[in-house]
Amino acid sequence: MLYLMKKTPLYDEHLRLGGKMVEFAGWQLPVMYSSITKEHLAVRRDVGLFDVSHMGEFFFRGPQALEFLRWATLNDPARLKPGRAQYSMLPNDRGGVVDDVYVYRVGEGEYLMVVNAANVAKDWEHLSRLAQGFDVELENASESWALLALQGPRAEELLQPLIDVELAKKRKNSTFTGVVAGAPARLARTGYTGEDGFEIFVAPADAIAVWRRLVEAGAVPAGLGARDTLRLEAGFPLYGHELTDETNPRCTPLAWVIKDKPYYGREALESGECSSRLVGLLLQSGIPRAGYRVLQGGAEVGTVTSGTQSPLLKKGIALAWVGSDAAAEGTELEVEVRGKPHPAQVVPTPFVELGKK
Amino acid sequence: MNIPEDRRYTKTHEWAKLDGGLIVVGISDFAQESLGDVVYVETPEVGREVAAGEAVAVIESVKTASDVYAPVAGKIAEVNEALADAPETVNEDPYEGGWLFKIEPADAAALEGLLSPEDYAKLVEEES
Repeated sequence: MLYLMKKTPLYDEHLRLGGKMVEFAGWQLPVMYSSITKEHLAVRRDVGLFDVSHMGEFFFRGPQALEFLRWATLNDPARLKPGRAQYSMLPNDRGGVVDDVYVYRVGEGEYLMVVNAANVAKDWEHLSRLAQGFDVELENASESWALLALQGPRAEELLQPLIDVELAKKRKNSTFTGVVAGAPARLARTGYTGEDGFEIFVAPADAIAVWRRLVEAGAVPAGLGARDTLRLEAGFPLYGHELTDETNPRCTPLAWVIKDKPYYGREALESGECSSRLVGLLLQSGIPRAGYRVLQGGAEVGTVTSGTQSPLLKKGIALAWVGSDAAAEGTELEVEVRGKPHPAQVVPTPFVELGKK
Repeated sequence: MNIPEDRRYTKTHEWAKLDGGLIVVGISDFAQESLGDVVYVETPEVGREVAAGEAVAVIESVKTASDVYAPVAGKIAEVNEALADAPETVNEDPYEGGWLFKIEPADAAALEGLLSPEDYAKLVEEES
């Protein structure tokens, strides 16, 4: 079935670099080039480079673009000045999440939304339907953009000589345009690793040239494996694991996203108690994995949604949905690993100190 | 792909080699590369009786946990204790320093029933 999978503009480059290709959300992408641990540590201590061209890009334009996005998302894009971005979510009508997204105000009345690769079709259908009755124009530009994520404490230092914009003046969550290694680009000081960094949108025809210049300058190619361990150490959710159509974001540490304004599905989302909550778990032994049971005194109280061994801590870390009575910080629980319970403590996230040099 | 001639292989990517009456078992280069960085190895208890094809060890890598199966029936005679402190040895040296456990075989001739290096090479090519 390999021939049915989509390739990003950087596919040949990944092969050239020795990338180990796997299928992800219908795309062929590298899970790693040399080692997940090495790539992970390069992002935490130096600078790494990810191909995230598989993600979706939607544009919203027109007199009611802002009004529509305020209705369709949980965060409030009215707070965005031009050139600013925010993390957000698309609620459904039953208290759950359609997708988690990033919203960028790229012009006076023009907005960009980046969505998860696995949800491009679903989000497009949902938003198109919700847009009925609003004077807004939607464009699915997903095929028109390659997206590179340069992440790590040295990202600014590495990128500055290659771009015509003064990066020190660009704060986290800002978005701007510039010329990167000769190619016109949109950038955002955003990322999914918890480190400083830039997401760089370029035309597919420019992707390889820009990628190569960044790697030549010292960026370490990093794959999906490191992307997952990095976001997990940072406590970030992965849609389909921590967030689904059935999970209420009110009951997670991401509840801050929900703003006090009218939005689609508000009544369903804000009603009722949280019978379970999303928490971070830290183990001293054993490696937790998605699907493992969480126990308290032998009784099942929840399920792990994502888990790994933290490359920095060298201990098992997990995100899990557990019954609210077992969710207080410091609660001693257990994760069942192949039939054996391993002690796990409820801890706040992120699991590690981020943004450290 | 490194496939030494001096041992036999299984469909589940273990290697098995006779050494002084015991069968030494590890995972192949193909397997360690597929798994990625090994961070923990759960070895079986010494003295445990195992059947051929039984899951007896687990290798945890950063991205997944994988079962290791006994290639032949017998009793676990020895386990590689060095892996507790240096699990990455399985990646770095899968055929020597990265050995996992040794089985006192019920029947040493059972080794003959495993895949030859040539047959294993074919299997790896199909799976690549």
